[in-house]
Amino acid sequence: MAELNKLGLAEARDALRKGDVTSVELTEACLTEIERAGALNAFVHNTPEIARDQAKAADARIKAGDAPDMCGLPIGIKDLFCTKGVPSQAGSRILEGFLPEYESTVSGNLLDAGAVMLGKLNMDEFAMGSSNETSVYGNAVNPWKVDDRELTPGGSSGGSASAVAADLCLAATGTDTGGSIRQPAAFTGITGIKPTYGRCSRWGVVAFASSLDQAGPMTKSVRDAAIMLETMCSHDPKDSTSADLPVPNFEAMLTGDIKGKKIGIPAEYRMDGMPDEIETLWAQGREMLADAGAEIVDISLPHTKYALPAYYVIAPAEASSNLARYDGVRYGHRAKLDQGDGITEMYEKTRAEGFGDEVKRRVMIGTYVLSAGFYDAYYNRARKVRTLIKKDFEDVFAQGIDAILTPATPSAAFGLGEASDDPVQMYLNDVFTVTVNMAGLPGISVPAGTDAQGLPLGLQLIGRPWEEGDLLNTAYALEARAGFVAKPGKWW
Amino acid sequence: MSIDQSTAARVAKLARIKVEDDQLPALAAEFNTILGFIEQLSEVDVEGVEPMTSVTPQRLKRRVDEVTDGSQQDKVLVNAPDAREGFFAVPKVVE
Repeated sequence: MAELNKLGLAEARDALRKGDVTSVELTEACLTEIERAGALNAFVHNTPEIARDQAKAADARIKAGDAPDMCGLPIGIKDLFCTKGVPSQAGSRILEGFLPEYESTVSGNLLDAGAVMLGKLNMDEFAMGSSNETSVYGNAVNPWKVDDRELTPGGSSGGSASAVAADLCLAATGTDTGGSIRQPAAFTGITGIKPTYGRCSRWGVVAFASSLDQAGPMTKSVRDAAIMLETMCSHDPKDSTSADLPVPNFEAMLTGDIKGKKIGIPAEYRMDGMPDEIETLWAQGREMLADAGAEIVDISLPHTKYALPAYYVIAPAEASSNLARYDGVRYGHRAKLDQGDGITEMYEKTRAEGFGDEVKRRVMIGTYVLSAGFYDAYYNRARKVRTLIKKDFEDVFAQGIDAILTPATPSAAFGLGEASDDPVQMYLNDVFTVTVNMAGLPGISVPAGTDAQGLPLGLQLIGRPWEEGDLLNTAYALEARAGFVAKPGKWW
Repeated sequence: MSIDQSTAARVAKLARIKVEDDQLPALAAEFNTILGFIEQLSEVDVEGVEPMTSVTPQRLKRRVDEVTDGSQQDKVLVNAPDAREGFFAVPKVVE
């Protein structure tokens, strides 16, 4: 088999079962590609020795029979996941040198199932960013290109998106707090799903905003997303918000039959100044789902425009609390101190040196909105608005809507450095995705077309809570009709 | 609501992040841009609305109050920038 790194999870799994290929062969193919793809800056800590050992073990397990689906499949892990004995820095200088003594539950679930870890993937620092430009490792680069410019793969899971789109691995883990799986998936022409809040354990995933953070897979197809998500999900007593619900066989739910399903089209997602291409793609998506037998229904989610401002109160507030742990005492960076410096100077210098600008900005905004005198005006108000945003969705689901179709992003991938001057402008990247985190719902980005320049564009489907299987099936029907098969031309 | 330099300095202090004096005007300006964006929330009628505490309706699980983990002093200390004699070491805190 030629170019094994280009396989998806399902194809590779089936080939492994048939004995057409070994995990060692798949793994070597990916390791070779990773070595050649330095220009993408997607993998930031390579673990070839671990990968080769795991591949050998996986081959033995497959030979013995009854190996789980993910067994022997080489994947990349976002740097936000703590991986035992392997650098886990969350893209930050402040965690330089940190080697976890434990494995995150999600990466542990994957490794227990026999998945092969190729290395850790680039990301925005502490998952705060939409372009992978806030990383201590430097920018990850989108394999898609239209001219001399290097384009962003999106963020915060930019390295994961770039690596999967460039076939450096079969799939990757991502995390999504406001759109960090779905926006980079859309920018790179791959599939990414954020499950319902509570589906994946957050234990061992470096925390950004705990009430919003969820892990999910970034893959080459909807089927692959179903396979990998099932392995990532579990009930975990170590995460008090982890759902004690059975995890269905998501792949078995992919029938492609969505006849009679009601798909909502929210009027409020038609934004001023939205490019025609996005509008056109959205209209095409409606036609594709209607063609598959779904009923298209106009709906209203009246508080949509307030999701992003409410997010920029709640997420920084939680971040300011979560990131208080980086104090130079227990792990990571500690600043060199001057004569006479006390513990306060140690904290202040350590955090000034260890955090990048965007992280500092969000920690301080969070500190401000939680401070005495502003707590009610900002933080409590934002939490009330969040209740209203969630109620918008509950109302349409109560009307019988099965899923909601929206654009995934307001534009295609932009050039690195083109949007980093104005933080608020950058925040607008998440305008279509952030509502889903605020309401705790599952959302998936499916590559559905290209813009005039040939860059990929995605459509987002939003599902009912805990109904990822149904959502994936709708996405599967959309994927089949969109027929997006374009791949970036290799320049790296 | 406009943030001046002294407020920016106070926030930086509360967040325990050292900001040089010459960077305070730019920081205050950034805060004002972001807070200006957040200000839209004041348009929303939130009268009688409960602030969200949990996005998925669930009752936190309880468990028996007993020790289930521990005795991992070496592992806990292994990543510390400065650990001595089984403790985290920090600059002098009490005079």
